[in-house]
Amino acid sequence: MKAFTFVEASDFETAAREAARPDAAIKAGGTDLLDRMKERTDEPAHLVGISGIVPREKIRVESSATTLHALVTLAFLAEDPAVRRHYPALAEAAAGAATPQIRNMATLGGNVCQRPRCWYFRLEDYECRKKGGVDCFAFHGENQFHAIFHTEPCACVHPSATATALMAYGATVVTTAPGGGREVPLDQFLVLPDADPTVETILKNGEVVTAIKLPPPHPAAKSAYVKIKHKQTFDWPLADAAVVLHMDGRTCRQARVVLGAVAPVPLRRPKAEEALAGRAIDASVARQAAEQALADATPLAKNGYKVTLAKVALERAILAAAG
Amino acid sequence: MSKETIETGFDDHWEKRTIEVASGDPAPWSPKRRFDVLGKRVPRLDGPAKASGAAVYSIDVRLPGMLHGRFLRSSYPAATLTSLDLEPARRMPGVKAAIAVAQPGTPLRFAGQEVAAVAADTPEHAEDAVRAIVAKYDPKPFVVDLEKAQEPSAPLVFEATRVETKTTAGDIQRGNRSLPRKGNVMGPRASNKGDVDKAFSEADVIVERTYRTQVQTHTCLETHGVVARWQGDELTVWASTQGIFSVREEMAEALGVPKSKVRVITEYMGGGFGSKFGAGVYGVAAGRLAREAGAPVKLFLDRKEEQLSAGNRPNSIQWIKAGAKKDGTLVALHLISHGTGGVNGGAGTSGPLKNIYECPNVRTEEYDVFTNAGPSSAMRAPGHPQGCFALEATMDELAERLGMDPYQFRMKNDPSPVRRKEFEMGADKFGWSRREALRKSSDGPVKRGMGMAASVWYNTGGTGPKATVTIHRDGSAEVVHGLQDIGTGTRTMVALVAAEELGLPLERVTVKVGDTDYPYGPGSGGSTTTPSSSPAIRRAAWGAKRRALEQAGFNPDTHDVRRGSVIDAASGRPMASFEQACHKLPAEGVSFTADRADNHEDAWKRFINGTQFAEVEVDTETGIVSVKRVVAVHDCGVPINLLGLESQIHGGVIQGVSYALFEDRTLDVATGHMVNPNIDFYKVAGALDVPEIEAMILPVYDGVNNTDTTGIGEPATVPTAAAIANAVSHAIGARIDQIPITPHVVLAALSRAREERS
Repeated sequence: MKAFTFVEASDFETAAREAARPDAAIKAGGTDLLDRMKERTDEPAHLVGISGIVPREKIRVESSATTLHALVTLAFLAEDPAVRRHYPALAEAAAGAATPQIRNMATLGGNVCQRPRCWYFRLEDYECRKKGGVDCFAFHGENQFHAIFHTEPCACVHPSATATALMAYGATVVTTAPGGGREVPLDQFLVLPDADPTVETILKNGEVVTAIKLPPPHPAAKSAYVKIKHKQTFDWPLADAAVVLHMDGRTCRQARVVLGAVAPVPLRRPKAEEALAGRAIDASVARQAAEQALADATPLAKNGYKVTLAKVALERAILAAAG
Repeated sequence: MSKETIETGFDDHWEKRTIEVASGDPAPWSPKRRFDVLGKRVPRLDGPAKASGAAVYSIDVRLPGMLHGRFLRSSYPAATLTSLDLEPARRMPGVKAAIAVAQPGTPLRFAGQEVAAVAADTPEHAEDAVRAIVAKYDPKPFVVDLEKAQEPSAPLVFEATRVETKTTAGDIQRGNRSLPRKGNVMGPRASNKGDVDKAFSEADVIVERTYRTQVQTHTCLETHGVVARWQGDELTVWASTQGIFSVREEMAEALGVPKSKVRVITEYMGGGFGSKFGAGVYGVAAGRLAREAGAPVKLFLDRKEEQLSAGNRPNSIQWIKAGAKKDGTLVALHLISHGTGGVNGGAGTSGPLKNIYECPNVRTEEYDVFTNAGPSSAMRAPGHPQGCFALEATMDELAERLGMDPYQFRMKNDPSPVRRKEFEMGADKFGWSRREALRKSSDGPVKRGMGMAASVWYNTGGTGPKATVTIHRDGSAEVVHGLQDIGTGTRTMVALVAAEELGLPLERVTVKVGDTDYPYGPGSGGSTTTPSSSPAIRRAAWGAKRRALEQAGFNPDTHDVRRGSVIDAASGRPMASFEQACHKLPAEGVSFTADRADNHEDAWKRFINGTQFAEVEVDTETGIVSVKRVVAVHDCGVPINLLGLESQIHGGVIQGVSYALFEDRTLDVATGHMVNPNIDFYKVAGALDVPEIEAMILPVYDGVNNTDTTGIGEPATVPTAAAIANAVSHAIGARIDQIPITPHVVLAALSRAREERS
């Protein structure tokens, strides 16, 4: 790890000011950043700690929105009764991530902003596109865990399970920055690598995620999250899916369908949503929707099996949500 | 020498044998002996220290003024080092020493090979300094793939005719330099028994298939490394090792000092699995850096270095053809095996095939293929888990083709009465008779299945170890023995064996191990530790006890000590308290140092057996396998500590589950780098992946040594992956022909089976 200076911020505004330096990095739980610093894929000269900021409220439930403080831990999300009741897919996504120790440290904001787990990106030895290089080593290489959609110019997948769930609920990201903060829908906050493969979000220098806002729970909403992982202890999803269905008896009135671990961002699947809307949900409808969701997948040489897994994850999530 | 008639055997198979016992060595314990401390469930003596964090492992050693060493490693899979400039590193903050490990002109043969090393006041300074070294390379063509390396056009890993592989103590079956080499392919190491071709022409059923296994790394939780300290010309090394004496030997040789000036200490150790016998490039570098800096140097690998350079189990591609008669008699086996240990050999897999089942016609051809990858090293039963996987899948397939139950097929062809008994015990406990009912009970996409596999192992220990037992005037005793406890519970074993022989409760016996200043102890490998050490310990305790009895005025030929009392040996009647009797000992107590005697020539010569049964659930939509249960039946002579034994079997099964389902060193073929050099992307089974494990022990008395012990470390992991793979094949009705059994492998097997059916 390269030497760095460290400041512990007492509030987000201070953190934003401190982090405005181009060589600064923000450290919340540190479960992602420190790994990258040890491997020297990241060498920030100035570290701004925000894990000491004490949330006044971890969760605020209002009629207009539910606001989650960015520093709530995954363990909190997995256990909080309000999250479990109103946003079960989010609770499930948090509960199935990493290990108890990491869930106790990892924050919601950090989880959404964590960098891809592509093994080429994570190794110092590879100067890949995400690090400003000219190659995506995964595209022709060991791509068994990589994208099956949007495989170019960078075939990484978004690693965050909570982001998959949050996108299904239509979450918004709240930030603060020296020049003023903003509220951006998550599906615009996370970006495909097309324009700039070196970033996954629209965050600017000095911009800090302070909260995630969720629309208030819809009375007819039923939601579910399914993660398929090879190991049952501490493993990244091979595929995951989150769905929010507005149900009227057995009939789905409206659906939001998101696949995770299949593309550089969690992926809304509008065709699958159309395949569900207005239909009575059963195994065959779920299967048709899953087929629709994966119809335009473009798997790489070693990850064709992920198409199957993503279908299964989605089918199971639809059926679980529909009850 | 004296002739003794002893009973050997197991369960209800007993046979009298007459063996020659060395003078001054007790005869093996009688199977009728009711042990006072052996064969019980005793918590390990160092458990509280380990659980509380009080135990100081070598990696935890902190010395005043200690520096931190770090390597510069080649990032080229093949290159010639053309120049090396250490001066920029020497000018970096905190740097006290910098050394070349490879000299300019040296060929470098894998990404991660050591080039130079530095020592600095902090780990961070050492890391910065390594980055300041200016090394220039001339990159060469390379090959990392087992199959591509066999092509005639493949780049040569070793250009010269001579293959420079290094052997260290404990390594087994290294690249045999007398074997022919063509390109990167060395071999065959061949064997032939009977007439295989004729047997195949007369067989009623023949199966033939190619099996693949992956490279597994040892993944020791305590990485490889040492702390080295010079005091004048004397060197003390705190090593994480399975062999303090072999480390001493190699350090002395590499650093040009007499062995007598080198002391190696391993108080607690965090896993070796076969990879930690030698001084290692790290150990020698630490010694050199410490000498140059004039300060102690700690050099432990980080996890990435550990994965790249600290050893691995070679992969394999095994083609097996097997033939049987209609009645289920196995008549022919043919194995052609290729594997790569990177820049090392040791990829043979024929052990199980040649040594488990009765088969009159057997041909084996094994090849080591060199690739530009980190060197293999001995790993927990070298060659066996991979060989067992392929052999036992073949046995299941033969049974299936014959319409026989795999259990019956094995009972018919297994010549070992011990293992047949273990098959029975295991099948009974496991509920093998429910096998077809279980498969039919599968609901929805989740299919259930059962599989079994057999194992074989060989080593029975040998001479070399010495131990000293001292009995004090207060009736307490201490055992001093230069054996390292590598986490397997050997420290507790030493105490138990001495306590049993001395007739003392365990808490009256103190154990000192893990130091080359103590009498010689063996390397902990080959499952030979207990059978090598325990006879020396028992002999020393026996000798000390006789001396103490004599000094206390009892005839040691007619008296013994049991449960703290001096007894009349014939009647068992207590005569006096041993503690009181010891008051008559001289102030220094009595000591006895003993060598381990030779193995008894006329003992029951046998292999170590074992069998495991696995029950799995397979989600046929996702290909995810969950191992629900493993019943592991093993024999290792007389159980010294049932708790430790069961614990070690659990460890073997867990490592086997991890091997069967997850672990896979992945190399990028285009760049020659390992892409998962950590324990995140290199997947290791965690708590939720571990099945319910039931260990069963079949005590066997073979009379080979005075404690009737053999080892368990390796046998416990040999059949696990094979049993799991057979269970998965049973569950899904399609043959699993490769490990790890990933979702992709399961889904591909199912899809192949569907195509074959349609």
